[in-house]
Amino acid sequence: MSATSGRATPAIELAGVTKIYRRYDRRHFSTLKSALLQRSLARDLRPDETFTALSDVSFSVPVGSTVGVIGRNGSGKSTALKLVAGITKPTSGTVAVRGRVSALIELGAGFHPEISGRENVYINGIMLGLTKRQVEERFDAIVDFAELRDFIEEPVKTYSSGMYMRLGFAVAIHVDPDVLLVDEVLAVGDEAFTHKCLDKFAEFKRRGRTTLLVTHTLGLVERFCDEAIWLDAGRKRAEGLPKRVIDAYVGDVQKQEERFLAAADSTARQEPPAPEPPPVPAASGSVETSKSAEGRWGSGPVQIVDVAILNRDGQPVHVCQYGDALTIRIAVRTPKPVEDFAFGIAISGADGQLVFGTNTEIERLEAVSLSGDAEVRVEIDAIDLVEGTYKLDVAVHTRDGAPYDYHRLLHTFRVKSAIKDVGLYRPRHRWVFSGGVTIHARPDDR
Amino acid sequence: MWHNLARLVRYRGLIQSLVARELKARYRGSVLGFFWSFINPLILLTIYSVVFATFLPNRSVIEPYALFLFCGILPWTWFSASLNEASTSLVAGANLIRKVMFPAEVLPLVSVLSNMVHFLLGLPILAGFLLYFEHTPDLADLFWFPVVVVIQLVFTAGLALLLAALTTFFRDIRDLLSHILTFWFFATPIIYPWNQPGLEPYQTWFKWNPFTHLAVSYQELLFFDGPFGQLRWVLLLGALSIVWFLIAYWVFDRLRDSYAEVV
Repeated sequence: MSATSGRATPAIELAGVTKIYRRYDRRHFSTLKSALLQRSLARDLRPDETFTALSDVSFSVPVGSTVGVIGRNGSGKSTALKLVAGITKPTSGTVAVRGRVSALIELGAGFHPEISGRENVYINGIMLGLTKRQVEERFDAIVDFAELRDFIEEPVKTYSSGMYMRLGFAVAIHVDPDVLLVDEVLAVGDEAFTHKCLDKFAEFKRRGRTTLLVTHTLGLVERFCDEAIWLDAGRKRAEGLPKRVIDAYVGDVQKQEERFLAAADSTARQEPPAPEPPPVPAASGSVETSKSAEGRWGSGPVQIVDVAILNRDGQPVHVCQYGDALTIRIAVRTPKPVEDFAFGIAISGADGQLVFGTNTEIERLEAVSLSGDAEVRVEIDAIDLVEGTYKLDVAVHTRDGAPYDYHRLLHTFRVKSAIKDVGLYRPRHRWVFSGGVTIHARPDDR
Repeated sequence: MWHNLARLVRYRGLIQSLVARELKARYRGSVLGFFWSFINPLILLTIYSVVFATFLPNRSVIEPYALFLFCGILPWTWFSASLNEASTSLVAGANLIRKVMFPAEVLPLVSVLSNMVHFLLGLPILAGFLLYFEHTPDLADLFWFPVVVVIQLVFTAGLALLLAALTTFFRDIRDLLSHILTFWFFATPIIYPWNQPGLEPYQTWFKWNPFTHLAVSYQELLFFDGPFGQLRWVLLLGALSIVWFLIAYWVFDRLRDSYAEVV
């Protein structure tokens, strides 16, 4: 139960809701025949497989509040929204909604491509529960909101996808519902349109309407919602103040990412080195930076037995924050001592763009001898990379570059940042303003 | 079920605009546009007249044959086109059923109603033919004409609901249906009169074939002179059609919750 349910009348109330989807993949003609001949229609309509999208989920949304639902893909967010919209029925449990519902789930779902925008607005409005007269009254507002005044007489099939979505959004929002359901639709237009949508949501809220919002844009939940609900694998994991719920969710995502990258790394490490580098895929031949596909190769006298990225506390990590101190630790084994050797590392972006590469030879470190087990550390004071996924190459090779053991793009780590700037490298910097310019820092959007 | 059926009345605005949309979209982009509603039956009629007057001359002498044919083909086209469209209507309207709260039964009904509009648009042509052949039907008979149309509407609507519901589970129906309809067409007294000599063994079948009564009614009302002998049969069919519609609606209603998941 929601902590707020005692305070106000709920506009939406889910009690013990379970939704099991059935799959009917394996039905063939033979079953139609048997259905007809053996009168087993009822039995054949039983599913082959089931999938539990939601299990025993309860929450309530008080009238006038805005609640955000967050969670990974496939966690049941959209199913929850569809249940509230009445598009599907719960397998067990109850869903109660008070007032007229409008769902911004599939924008322009009812549009017919062959007829004009004007006619589609009418039909869509009527589908969403307006009368013809009501659509007439709101028609100008809808068209202006969608910014499609010049195109409204054209058939909808000539619209770009952005225009299509804008018109769908405009109609849905002008239905003026008591309860608005929004499923990740703010990606419908350019920046300006997004702002207009947000203004509309804010206006909604001021007028005491209820909104249930499903989104991956956590900043939106934090800024707009009175409360957040975190769904995970069909269950409610947390509910309450947006900030708290989001922090719990982000922490969990990070942990999961860490596990995922660790698993990918450990499989990469299993492969023994091949004598030759793998052939370069033809398409990437033109890109100078991707000299070779990922893999491991080398002649073998020196072998890399372990690669780890360590945080400040010496713990192996795969996810770090911008600016963290990191150490790359390479463990090597050399059965027969060698004197001609060098260690190298390289960091590339996810698309193969080289960010930084160096080796002991380049940095004028004189190799003397290497034997038995040894450990090499590259200590980085601060990882000044923008948010994203990066690949790490590590290598031991002769001074003139013939590889003993070369790990190409085998190790992956993620850099997280509160600031979503672009590119790869983020130099330490600050903005300084003087003269007739005033700029304030905005609250954190995450 | 009764609640949903009552709700259907509230959706008449929606049904109306969807039928209008269907008709508008149908001929959008074609040169002749709406005239196709008139031309289609004419072309069909010409083909059948040529085939059954020239290549496969009919055994009984019915004059004018084209007019006789028209009386049966026009309602049949409405019937068969409705069912063909209705059977795929839920699948075709998947984005509506899956993504917005939408009364699914509206879709097959729109198929039936939009084809009914085509049928009604064909009537002036039929009237033109009647005038041309100086074949004016009885005014008393004309009173029954709308009754027969309504009976056909109820009967077709029931069948359309059932087919639409079942096709979502068995897509095979879509393919089977066109063949069944072809056979049904030839097994119904449309291109030949029911009392044609040599057809005596099939009278029982004709009696059990619901469309016989509709086709024969149209023929008797518009083509043949004399009393409307089919009246009691078609009224019986009317009564059964209402029951039939309710059963079909019940089935449709029972399966309602699964459409959003299977289409």
